[in-house]
Amino acid sequence: MREVDRRTKLNRRTFLQGAATAVPAVAVATSAGLSIEDAWAEGSTTLAPATMKTLVKVARDIYPHDFLVDSYYITAVKPWDGKAAKDPAVKAMIEDGVKRLDQDAQDRHKLPYAQVAWESDRVTLLQGIEQTAFFKAMRSDLVVSLYNQEELWPKFGYEGSSAEHGGYIKRGFDDINWLPKV
Amino acid sequence: MAKFDLNDDGVVVIVGSGAGGGTLGNELAQKGIKVVILEAGARNEIQDFINNEWESFTQLAWKDMRTTSGSWQVAKDFPNLPAWIVKSVGGSTVHWAGASLRFDEHEFKIRSAYGDVPGANMLDWPITLAEMEPWYAKAENKMGVTRTNGIPGLPGNNNFKVMEAGARKVGYKEVHTGRMAINSQPRDGRGSCQQIGFCFQGCKSGAKWSTLYTEIPKGEATGNLEVRPNSMAIKIEHDASGKVTGVVYADAEGKQQRQKARVVAVAGNSIESPRLLLNSASSMFPDGLANSSGQVGRNYMRHMTGSVYAVFDKSVHMYRGTTMAGIIRDEAKNDPSRGFFGGYEMETLSLGVPFMAAFLKPGAWGRTFTSAMEQYPQMAGMWLVGEDLPQETNRVTLDPKAKDAHGMPVASVHYDDHPNDLAMRNHAYKQGSAVYESIGATATFPTVPYPSTHNMGTNRMSAKARDGVVNKFGQTHDIKNLFVSDGSQFTSSAACNPTLTIVSLAIRQADHIAGAMQKKEI
Ligand SMILES: Cc1cc2nc3c(=O)[nH]c(=O)nc-3n(C[C@H](O)[C@H](O)[C@H](O)COP(=O)(O)OP(=O)(O)OC[C@H]3O[C@@H](n4cnc5c(N)ncnc54)[C@H](O)[C@@H]3O)c2cc1C
Ligand code: SF4
Repeated sequence: MREVDRRTKLNRRTFLQGAATAVPAVAVATSAGLSIEDAWAEGSTTLAPATMKTLVKVARDIYPHDFLVDSYYITAVKPWDGKAAKDPAVKAMIEDGVKRLDQDAQDRHKLPYAQVAWESDRVTLLQGIEQTAFFKAMRSDLVVSLYNQEELWPKFGYEGSSAEHGGYIKRGFDDINWLPKV
Repeated sequence: MAKFDLNDDGVVVIVGSGAGGGTLGNELAQKGIKVVILEAGARNEIQDFINNEWESFTQLAWKDMRTTSGSWQVAKDFPNLPAWIVKSVGGSTVHWAGASLRFDEHEFKIRSAYGDVPGANMLDWPITLAEMEPWYAKAENKMGVTRTNGIPGLPGNNNFKVMEAGARKVGYKEVHTGRMAINSQPRDGRGSCQQIGFCFQGCKSGAKWSTLYTEIPKGEATGNLEVRPNSMAIKIEHDASGKVTGVVYADAEGKQQRQKARVVAVAGNSIESPRLLLNSASSMFPDGLANSSGQVGRNYMRHMTGSVYAVFDKSVHMYRGTTMAGIIRDEAKNDPSRGFFGGYEMETLSLGVPFMAAFLKPGAWGRTFTSAMEQYPQMAGMWLVGEDLPQETNRVTLDPKAKDAHGMPVASVHYDDHPNDLAMRNHAYKQGSAVYESIGATATFPTVPYPSTHNMGTNRMSAKARDGVVNKFGQTHDIKNLFVSDGSQFTSSAACNPTLTIVSLAIRQADHIAGAMQKKEI
């Protein structure tokens, strides 16, 4: 069978903003060359860098994939900064949401959310806010803004657009070779 | 290409260019009848289609607001997206997978076959399978359905081969690559399937039948058909005698226009068609057009659905090739000993990573969910689709508050699962899982229904005017020159996918309309 090459390709290109409008916003990629360190968070204009970093942690805790480096989660949550800049209600929802999460973390663990060490402990904190507008907005946006990034599809063994390659008629649509004979 | 005057009152105006409207438009045009199709969506052609699930959805799907209520899961998961259908020239035949099956005989007479099931609004169709057979044959020939007219079946892809192996293992007999309106060899000026795998996003090879590049250009070539995109019908008007006279629509600029008509045929799919009839209420017809029975909008059916995805220890790559690549038909029979009336089909289905994330378990998060997602390349999948029963209270109404961009009340869709639907879904989940487990699946995921792709029943056919909205030709009982030409005519939903029946009815209706026009009955 033809397997999918799941290695990260080095030539990371900036990809265009997708167009899903009725559904939660599609991710905008971080521009090429940004380090995965903290520089990206400093670039936010409306939300504090610490808030952005907490959002990244929240994003990973909602959809944890250990084979994905932070840059994919950063790409997924970065647009919230722009949305907060445009809409004070969004800004308040996020800031209040993060504040509440940090407060819950302090109450239980004497640490801000992002520094609580075990994922299972952070997940318990998230379960505590599962019904809030903040959590719902984060999750429903993320399910598109994370999984709609073309660059991570190969890691899930998915090859994306196929028409320009002539479809799969000569590329393994029927190449399964392990099925039991019946 | 024809262009008709707004004041030309000799034209047949069809609302919607999908399976029903697009087919009716071409059939009438071929008979020399002048037709204007009003289509709310834009004209996106093959070269415009995008092999990307969300981008394509944004390009093609009906995204205007709708509201929901009822016990169905969709109302919780997608409260403003009850249906996944198209707003674009070609209608949902741009999105559709191509499965083209005939009803069984008993599915045209559910009241006789199943009896008076409590909670359901059971009724026999005023037509039988025997009457429909010649029209089914014409539709299969028109659409180039595989395994009919000597057309070979499609080759099975990996997803099909997995399902087939499991099906044989559990003893199912009727298992094959389906009756598909997808060319397995070049036919009708279109090429054969390239196994692109984005059937739901518009087929870029044109192998799959869609009114967009078959019926519509053929009709246009006669000089008798004009398709007007970006034209949203808002109201059907009538004269003092109660005959319809034209359709008011919003054009691309949002300006209201009035197209006069000799005959009006409504084919906006089963949510929009009743919405339009209800919104056309007047002092003469205070409950909406053609609604003396009170049945307009009622008996909404959307099929018992669900999916089963299964994980194996080796790769499947289910996304490669035809989305609906094959079928198991053994459970499609009516066998009440299983605990429910009617039957269901199992049809392969695959979603790409973006849609899988959104639909595998809507709302889910955390490691259980992400571990399932990480098995994506080792997944196989099937869709379960079976007969749901008509219920009077499952209905489309005008939302009392929400309005669209043109000020027209949006459609509100209420649906409660009938106990029969629930029993059938549980059975189907169990059988679907068994198919995969028999050949070593390590996990199976019973997946909840997606927004409705099949929508039926909201202007149903009936022998008697008091039981339904239209007669056996889709002509409304109340108004002679007003027709319904889409799946909303369905009196029952049957186990199988609806489109072949919609197209067959449209071909038959064209004959009836042409005859009645010639005899000056309309
Ligand atoms: C993803 C998917 C897969 C499917 N797979 C299958 C399958 O394998 N087999 C099968 O049989 N069926 C399948 N279907 C269902 C099939 O597409 C529909 O049954 C069929 O297209 C319905 O035909 P219709 O004429 O009722 O409506 P549609 O084809 O939906 O056409 C209705 C058209 O009317 C337009 N319209 C609505 N209201 C107005 C208005 N007021 N003014 C102007 N225009 C209006 C809409 O924009 C639309 O273009 C699938 C559907 C989807 C979404
Ligand atoms: S798999 Fe076949 S039918 Fe589906 S989009 Fe590709 S070419 Fe068209």
